[in-house]
Amino acid sequence: MGTVGFRSTVVPLNIENVDTDQIIPARFLKATSREGFGKNLFRDWRYSNDDEKQPKPDFVLNEPAYSGRILVAAKNFGCGSSREHAAWAIKDAGFDVVVSSFFADIFKNNALNNFLLPVQVSEDFLKKIFEAVQRDAKAEVEINLEEQNIKIIPTGEQEAFEINAYKKTCLLNGYDDIDYLLSIKPEIEEFEHHYE
Amino acid sequence: MAKTLFDKIWDRHVIKQIDGGPSVLYIDEHFIHEVTSPQAFAGLNKRGIKVFRPKQTVATADHNVPTLNQHLPIKEELSRRQVEALKKNCAEHGVELYGLGHPFQGIVHVIGPELGITQPGITIVCGDSHTSTHGAFGAIAFGIGTSEVEMVLATQCVLQTRPKLMRINVDGELQNGVVSKDIILYIISQISASGATGYFVEYAGSAIRSLSMEARMTICNMSIEMGARGGMIAPDETTFNYLRGRKFVPQGAEWEKKLAEWKQLYSDGDAIFDKEIFINAADIEPMITYGTNPGMGVGVSGHVPSLGEINEKEKASFEKSLNYMGLQPGVNMKGKKVDYVFIGSCTNSRIEDLRMVAGFVKGKKKANDVQVWVVPGSKQVEKQAIEEGIDKIFEEAGFQLRQPGCSACLGMNEDKIPAGKYCISTSNRNFEGRQGPSARTFLASPLTAALAAITGEVGDVREYVKPSRDKAQEVLSEN
Ligand code: SF4
Repeated sequence: MGTVGFRSTVVPLNIENVDTDQIIPARFLKATSREGFGKNLFRDWRYSNDDEKQPKPDFVLNEPAYSGRILVAAKNFGCGSSREHAAWAIKDAGFDVVVSSFFADIFKNNALNNFLLPVQVSEDFLKKIFEAVQRDAKAEVEINLEEQNIKIIPTGEQEAFEINAYKKTCLLNGYDDIDYLLSIKPEIEEFEHHYE
Repeated sequence: MAKTLFDKIWDRHVIKQIDGGPSVLYIDEHFIHEVTSPQAFAGLNKRGIKVFRPKQTVATADHNVPTLNQHLPIKEELSRRQVEALKKNCAEHGVELYGLGHPFQGIVHVIGPELGITQPGITIVCGDSHTSTHGAFGAIAFGIGTSEVEMVLATQCVLQTRPKLMRINVDGELQNGVVSKDIILYIISQISASGATGYFVEYAGSAIRSLSMEARMTICNMSIEMGARGGMIAPDETTFNYLRGRKFVPQGAEWEKKLAEWKQLYSDGDAIFDKEIFINAADIEPMITYGTNPGMGVGVSGHVPSLGEINEKEKASFEKSLNYMGLQPGVNMKGKKVDYVFIGSCTNSRIEDLRMVAGFVKGKKKANDVQVWVVPGSKQVEKQAIEEGIDKIFEEAGFQLRQPGCSACLGMNEDKIPAGKYCISTSNRNFEGRQGPSARTFLASPLTAALAAITGEVGDVREYVKPSRDKAQEVLSEN
C-alpha cells in the first residue's frame, strides 16, 4: 500500500460471491508477466463482447460518477480459482483497497502479497458504505492501516478491522514474504536435516 | 492430547510460528503448470536464485493445451508461448516436466495421484485451487497464488495461518444412481459456496469410507467450492491398495515403513473440531446446479427456488444469476434441454468416471442435437480407456473422445461452449463465463451427464438403474 492511511472515493460493486473468473476471465491469463491485467478487470461485465468499444453502460466501472482507490464489494469476494491475476488486475486498475464483509481465503493471501489491502467489515457497516455512496457518489472513505480503522467520511461512522501483526508490518514497510523466507533459509535447511 | 488428522500432519511440517502471524510450513510436494508459474520463475530470475529443491516440484501442461492434434505445434500464439515458457523454466531450473507428448502428461490433479506422488501424511501445494483433490489420500493439500509458488520454488515453504477445522460426516447407504459427485454437490448446496471459508474439512462417515479412491478425489476436489482451504479423508486399506505399486511409491521395506506411519493417520476418537456437520447419505439425490455458483444446486427431481424461497438479501444476486442462466424461478430442472455435454476436468475425468459413462451409454446413441466431449484427465487415463475399448463405445454413441487437458472446464483453449448454450458438465464451476463468454453450465455427475447426452435433457438417472444393493458404479458398468 505504501501509505499508512488515505481517503478516497469508492467504486461500489454491490454483488455477492464475486469469483475470480469474473474479476479476470481465464482467456486473459495467457501473459507471462504480472503487468497489464487491469484493462481486463471484470472484462465480461464491462464489455458486451471482446471488442472493448462496447462498454455496458450499467456496469459500475463504466459509470463516470464512480472512481477511486477503494473497491467495495458484497460478501464472499474473490471466491473460486486461485489465480493471483485477480489481485494483479485489481491493483493494476488503480485500487489499493478492497472492502467486503467476507473474503475467500486464497484471494485474501494473494491480495496481501501484492500490497492490495483486503478490509473485512461487518455486514452492517458494509451496508452503510453502500448507502453513503448511493446518497452521494463522491462520498469518501478513509482507511487507516496503522490504526486498523475504516471511516465513512460524510457520516463519521467507523469500524475497526483485523489484520495479523506480521502482515501489517509487511504492508507498512513494503516487505514481502519471500524476503522473509529467504532470510530464514538456514532454519529451513536445519529442519530438513532432522526431517524423516 | 487428542489430535485430528489435520493436526498430526500440520504439526510435523511447521518449521516455526511467527509471532502474531502465520506459520512457516514445509512443503513436501509442489505441482506447477503453465498458467500460474511463469511470473514465479520470473521472480526467481530477477532475484538471481535457483529453485531450492527441484526434485520436490513436478510440472505439467494442462490448462491451456489443445485437446485435438496435440502432436502439432499449438496454434494459438499466447498459449504456445506459455507452454514454451514452462519448458524453458523447467529446463533451466532442473524441474521434471510431463509436458505435451509425454506419457504422463495430464491435468495436474489427475497425474499426481496416478503416479503415486500424492501420498498420505505429506503437504502438497500447487498454484491451483483444486489442489484440495490430493487430500483424498490423507494429505494436507491446498491451492496457492503465484507469489506463493515463488516462495515454494525459492524456499520449499509457504506462510500459512492455521485454519479452523470442520468435519463433515456422511453416513448410511447411497441411493442407486447417486455417486460421489452428488454427495459433494449436495453438501455445497446445503452449506453454500462460502459455508466452509476459513476451514479445512475432513470428510468421514460410512458413506465416505465405502467410496473408491477416485470417488474420494471427486469429493475433496470440490472442497474449495464451499470456500474451504482444503479437504481430506483419513487413509485406509482403499488408499493403500490404490497406492501399492504406483511409480513413485516406495517398495519393499520402505513401503512397509511408510504403511506403518500411514496407519497412524486418523483423527483420534476424542479429537475436537471447530464445527461438525452430519449428513444422511440416503437423503442425497442425483444433483444438478441451476445457478452461477456451485452452491446453487438441487436434486434433479427438484426445481429452481421460487422467489418466495429466497431470502430478501439474496434476491438481487439470485435474480442476476437466473437471468444469466436464462431460467425462471420455480421451474423444474427435469426436462431442461442441453446443447453440450462435457465429461472431463480434475473432478471427473479419471478412468472410473469414463467407465461409469461407458457402462451407461454402451449400445446407445447420443441425442441428435447434442455435442458430447469426453476429455480424459491424463495420457494414462486415455491409454487405459483405449485398452478397455471405452473409446469404441464412445465412438458408437457419437461422443468425441479428445486428448487430455483442462479443456472446457475453464475454456482457456479452443474448447468453449458458445454464448447462450447450455452445457451439462462434470467439472466443478458454473461461474458466469467459466466455459466461454455467456456459456451456461449445469454441474452434475458423470452419470447424470451421460443420461443427458442420450436424451438431450436433464433427467433422473435413478429411473434407469436397476435396484440393487451394490454401488451404482458397479451396477451401471455391468448394464
Ligand atoms: S480441470 Fe478445471 S478445475 Fe481442474 S485444474 Fe483444470 S481448470 Fe482447474
